[in-house]
Amino acid sequence: MPDHPVTDSLLFGRLSWDAIPYHEPILVVTFIGVALAAAAVLGAITYFRLWGYLWREWFTSIDHKKIGIMYVVLGLIMLLRGFADALMMRSQQAIAFGESAGYLPPHHYDQIFTAHGVIMIFFMAMPLVTGLMNYVVPLQIGARDVAFPFLNNFSFWMTVVGAVLVMLSLFVGEFARTGWLAYPPLSGILNSPDVGVDYYIWALQIAGVGTLLSGVNLLVTIVKMRAPGMSMMRMPIFTWTALCTNVLIVVSFPVLTVALALLALDRYLGMNFFTADGGGNAMMYVNLIWIWGHPEVYILVLPAFGIFSEVVPTFCRKRLFGYASMVYATVVITVLSYLVWLHHFFTMGSGASVNSFFGITTMIISIPTGAKVFNWLFTMFRGRIRFEVPMLWTVGFMVTFVIGGMTGVLLAVPPADFALHNSLFLIAHFHNVIIGGVVFGLFAGITYWFPKAFGYRLDSYWGKWSFWLWLTGFYLAFMPLYVLGLLGVTRRMNHFDDPSLQIWFQLAALGALLIAGGIACFLIQLYVSFKRREELRDHTGDPWNARTLEWSTSSPPPAYNYAFTPLVHDRDAWWQMKQLGYTRPQGGFIPIHMPANTWAGIVLAGISLVMGFALIWHMWPLAILSFIAVIGVAIFHTFNYNRDYYVPADDVARCEADRTRLLASHA
Amino acid sequence: MSVPFFRKLKAALIFPVLGALGGCSKAVLLSPSGDVAWQLRDIILVSTGLMLLIIVPVIAATLWFAWRYRESNAEATYSPDWDHSTILELLIWAAPLLIIIALSALTWVSTHQLDPYRPLSRIGADRPVPAGVKPLEVQVVALDWKWLFLYPEQGIATVNEMAAPVDRPIEFKITASSVMNSFYIPALAGQIYAMPGMQTRLHAVINHPGIYDGFSANYSGAGFSQMRFKFHGMSQAEFDKWVQTGKASGKALDRAAYLQLEQPSVAAPVQRFGTVESSLYDAILNRCVQPGARCISDVAGAICRAPRQASLELPPPLAAPPAM
Amino acid sequence: MPEHTATLPGDAGRQFYLTEAHHTKNGTLLGFWVYVMSDCLIFACLFATYGVLGRNYNGGPTGADLFDLPLVALNTSLLLLSSITYGFALLQGRKGRVGSLLGWLAVTGLLGAGFLGLEIYEFTHLIAEGAGPQRSAFLSAFFTLVGTHGLHVTFGIVWLVVLMVQIGMHGLIIPNKRRLMCLSMFWHFLDVVWIGVFTVVYLMGVLP
Repeated sequence: MPDHPVTDSLLFGRLSWDAIPYHEPILVVTFIGVALAAAAVLGAITYFRLWGYLWREWFTSIDHKKIGIMYVVLGLIMLLRGFADALMMRSQQAIAFGESAGYLPPHHYDQIFTAHGVIMIFFMAMPLVTGLMNYVVPLQIGARDVAFPFLNNFSFWMTVVGAVLVMLSLFVGEFARTGWLAYPPLSGILNSPDVGVDYYIWALQIAGVGTLLSGVNLLVTIVKMRAPGMSMMRMPIFTWTALCTNVLIVVSFPVLTVALALLALDRYLGMNFFTADGGGNAMMYVNLIWIWGHPEVYILVLPAFGIFSEVVPTFCRKRLFGYASMVYATVVITVLSYLVWLHHFFTMGSGASVNSFFGITTMIISIPTGAKVFNWLFTMFRGRIRFEVPMLWTVGFMVTFVIGGMTGVLLAVPPADFALHNSLFLIAHFHNVIIGGVVFGLFAGITYWFPKAFGYRLDSYWGKWSFWLWLTGFYLAFMPLYVLGLLGVTRRMNHFDDPSLQIWFQLAALGALLIAGGIACFLIQLYVSFKRREELRDHTGDPWNARTLEWSTSSPPPAYNYAFTPLVHDRDAWWQMKQLGYTRPQGGFIPIHMPANTWAGIVLAGISLVMGFALIWHMWPLAILSFIAVIGVAIFHTFNYNRDYYVPADDVARCEADRTRLLASHA
Repeated sequence: MSVPFFRKLKAALIFPVLGALGGCSKAVLLSPSGDVAWQLRDIILVSTGLMLLIIVPVIAATLWFAWRYRESNAEATYSPDWDHSTILELLIWAAPLLIIIALSALTWVSTHQLDPYRPLSRIGADRPVPAGVKPLEVQVVALDWKWLFLYPEQGIATVNEMAAPVDRPIEFKITASSVMNSFYIPALAGQIYAMPGMQTRLHAVINHPGIYDGFSANYSGAGFSQMRFKFHGMSQAEFDKWVQTGKASGKALDRAAYLQLEQPSVAAPVQRFGTVESSLYDAILNRCVQPGARCISDVAGAICRAPRQASLELPPPLAAPPAM
Repeated sequence: MPEHTATLPGDAGRQFYLTEAHHTKNGTLLGFWVYVMSDCLIFACLFATYGVLGRNYNGGPTGADLFDLPLVALNTSLLLLSSITYGFALLQGRKGRVGSLLGWLAVTGLLGAGFLGLEIYEFTHLIAEGAGPQRSAFLSAFFTLVGTHGLHVTFGIVWLVVLMVQIGMHGLIIPNKRRLMCLSMFWHFLDVVWIGVFTVVYLMGVLP
């Protein structure tokens, strides 16, 4: 059994005042900044008496639209934290040469690169992707909400709890110093006895519960709740990619759960799954974590592909080229993504035939991916392209992502990987595909659907600035890293001896600054758009002259989405409705069955936060109590059978009449 | 979105790649000094070239279409409902497929040829291994946070420094003391993980004399950034002199000295040991250097995993029982 | 799906919405089934881990040394029987006989509790003998795989008791019927997993 020192108290476990990093000036300053900002925000909410509104309208809401918006807000906040980590890493690596040790001691730097990866994947990209899928998919399929609205709310709050735990580790204790995947034996109790890896484990386990349930939710929604007439081959491509993404979530997240659980058992109960002694085998962890890890990156990128498949036809005013081929390509990518995981550790010594097999399957994925790129290209061909901001992001993606894909296929050749594994070339590759693919896609999607969600478009001047700064910043930040990889530089270094490398790191730091500018412009864009919202107002609900069902609703849509369930006859259902002169119903409205708000999601997640914190700090009585409380509250919640209500027909009629008037006055 | 902008964009893309490939003599992966690393370089260049066949036209087409079919260009044809072409579909699936088939063949052959476990059949292009040459055996132990090299044939050991004669095949046997590392000398060959309780192998040969960087390519904790060493490629005569210097150091690497070395330390200085206890490496591999520890080979049980195609191996049983 | 008669002018003869209330098909059973499949994947990973680590005895006891097959046979019978009694419960429910339904559910719960009791006895016995999960990777994998199954059975019994109370309070309303079906899926799933455990861990474990 691992030692629990006598200094562990029963109530407080290993938590003591020492856990607060008084002696780290950067953290103290950060804490003061965060505390002031939090006080300002909480103070403002209190002053404007918004707590009741927030609780009723947002925190307990089961409306997929509100939950989607909250996910996106979470993702954007965590983008700022994850990017701050990136700036710190770039600046440290730009100055730490020879005599200079930089300004970040290894103990701190090693937490930063770990946190950067964990936050960007789990708490920036996943929430943003989940948020967009949550918002858009029910609208696109003509449904009123997702299949399990309560679970949706619960999933969101569990993700928030994971993010809170990671943020807490900044100020109470410390975070893991293992890299974002925490390989044992380094992450085992012998080599990482402190709380860092425990923060990592529980943050991801709790958020993982949320993600898995969200996967089940959206999968059932798409399978069961499509509007009549919307066969699978009439679904929008974004819904197709959402379906495949959620299948991937359901089949991959349990593997992460097991890997982390076994690591936790090693750390907490002294078991021997991944230990160097006792018969353990750390390679098992590496396999499990990457069996999850590779599908994970497809979970991130498939929705981005879906977003592009919506944006390109809209802004090229042309039907999407090769719909069926797009669908097959998506499904093939989904299946194949489960067969490539070993390419993340070719250098672990698996033998040539095994390595070759996985290298070849990895390369095969580039074929359907390439087919998608060609399909977008041929949609642009002989179209009429409007370079609104989402289309800019899309063209940027098409150029950037294929470079990243190329370096990926290069790395898939095992002998090439023997030289390039874990080098800065690898870092450049995956940022190339994640930024060029996922992040560009998310910005395109946010800009595209923002008017639907909030009723006004984003200011395009600041949007274009944001795009160009991100694009040039990305190239300046990461092309030098390809060079550095070829120069034989490995990742996760906090200091270098060879001064000839420094110029490349300085260029990369400059690139990071440009990206910072891009993020700043995005935030300015949000502010300016809000101020100018009347000029940018979307009165019609269809500001882009788009093709899919969500654009038939008002901006923002009413809580019930559709007064009458749509009837679908073709792909691009809304486009067809417009072509055939669709007129909105003026009467005959009926009461609409809707799910009711719930307190149980946020309460259950809150107790889980306490439980996670207690487990991290070995506060066993509190951990046991909160576990029992979670079970108790969950059981209590199941006794509530009144989870729905009816929107009266009159309310529906009034809402629809308002919209009819609005449309008429802006015709 | 003027044309100059797009041209600048293209230039910005290609320049760094060309700059790196265009005779940048410090790009060690592109101008290595060992035959295995040289073959890896060839794979990198050939694969990149094959893929550029697709990538360059795709990028060019993207920029061209974005320009030509912009809304303000009324001359361009507009076919809003054209969404299918069987021939094009066949082409866009077939062309990448052909490239991937070529790459897959290259992958299969080169992965087997360049399997780190496979003994070398050549020391250079058109230069097979001379008959009767036995590889130089070097046993490598990744410690926290330094490298220990044992030379069983010469009976010496070093910390954070390694040497080998030019044009003689080297066979590395690699393990670690605590956590996963990755043994990598870019100028010499590819990398391979070093893992506690397990042995990996690497075959390589150095073709040019010189001093080359070696380091760990897998993050392993606080001293990771300083876990670097120099690898000296030398003539046979100089290598023999280097061995003699080691022998003359007088220090002995016995179990006690090893247990000292195993203690975590950062940026360890170069050390040389003139004598090495004979069964030390096997004890390290079996994790029974500590008196009283049971060796893995003794507790692994009667059911042993037989090594398949020279991949990961169980530690071999000890020649003699460890002295208590 | 009902297409409605009156079309609006300008719709080119097409109706683009339903004028009657549209009740989407209930997704609870599919959703729970998908969840059970994800749970199955958890067990698959635990089986895989057991497969990789299951012969790493670390010089300690092996399966042949430790496993008490008669005890496990008894255990298995209790669990398999409990699946049958659950089936009886559902049959009674279909006939509307709430009392019998609850009775058979109680029997199911007791059989499950018996299974758990024997398993806890086995575990405490092993730990007392020094063959706890810390002893070797084999034992870590054993305790985790079998223990995870046992934890699932525990949750199943808690759920069963809660559901019995809810049926007692509200009768066989539709939500309760759905919950019965979900618990049925869960319970039978645990049965299937146990057959895997029984075979791979215990039967194969005592082989030389």
